[in-house]
Amino acid sequence: MNRLWLFLPLVLAITLGGVLYFGLGQDPSKLDSALVGESVPQFQLSLLQAPEQKVGPEVFSGRVQLLNIWGTWCPACRVEHAQLNKLAKQGVPIVGLNYKDERPAALEWLEQRGNPYLTVIYDPEGSLGFDLGVYGAPETYLIDAEGIVRHRHVGIVDQEVWESDFKPLYEEYRNDS
Amino acid sequence: MTPERRRLLILLVVLITALPLNGQAREERMDDPELQQRFSDLADELRCPKCQNETIAESGAPISSDMRIRVRQLLREGHTDEEILDAMVARFGDFVRYRPEFEPRTWVLWLGPFVAIAVGIGVVVMITLRTRRRPTDESPVLSDEERQRAEHWLRDD
Repeated sequence: MNRLWLFLPLVLAITLGGVLYFGLGQDPSKLDSALVGESVPQFQLSLLQAPEQKVGPEVFSGRVQLLNIWGTWCPACRVEHAQLNKLAKQGVPIVGLNYKDERPAALEWLEQRGNPYLTVIYDPEGSLGFDLGVYGAPETYLIDAEGIVRHRHVGIVDQEVWESDFKPLYEEYRNDS
Repeated sequence: MTPERRRLLILLVVLITALPLNGQAREERMDDPELQQRFSDLADELRCPKCQNETIAESGAPISSDMRIRVRQLLREGHTDEEILDAMVARFGDFVRYRPEFEPRTWVLWLGPFVAIAVGIGVVVMITLRTRRRPTDESPVLSDEERQRAEHWLRDD
């Protein structure tokens, strides 16, 4: 019986190895949003195409939508844009948050590359971005019809990410409402 | 020293003294020294979400600059340190604090090393006690008869 104790270090080493091996597979740059399950924070910002018109969190009520954070200074957003156009064509409603950008450059971008957004919120100071916990662009959120954040993705949304992470949730919350 | 050498030396000194300057140095300091102290303590405790192994005090990432600006603003508005940390955690998650809150979810993190040390000490104590006890427990190494024979041989030469 006492002999079995000799195997204790081996068992501990294997357990530790397992935990560390699992840790290797995790991407530490992907942080869970602290906002998942919470409402979109309060804000009052103008629209990109209509500077005189202010909007708030009511933009996010009434239907399940994506919120995409982008800027013309962000090279990865360029890569992502085609996928957003494709989703928009399929009828997925996307709200854009133009983050720390300049209005003329952003307008030109949409003209050249197409506009997948129903609404584009203009956030030159990054204040709504900050309240959302945005620390880089692009980021994409799934927001349900009550304006509650359901999922967050940091980085490019491509077809694979859309199908594995977003689509199931998107359909689930759409059926709920 | 030739003029070229002197110039080189001056250049070197200037470059070396420039090293410690980082992104933050260009930002404003807070007028109130007490607030400035609290600011630098907070900036040393908050982790940059983008660069991950730097505090927002060290980091040159734009998000860190935004966070420093927000921390200063909250300090000026009279918020407590705890409120400011909570505000940052609410946005960026627990990850943003270098010293996370002591709560059931982080017990392993905080207490794990002490438990490991305690187990280690326990094992060492057990092993020493056991080895020390052994000679008294067991019979003497040599029986009386064997001892006599040994002494006999030793005396022989």
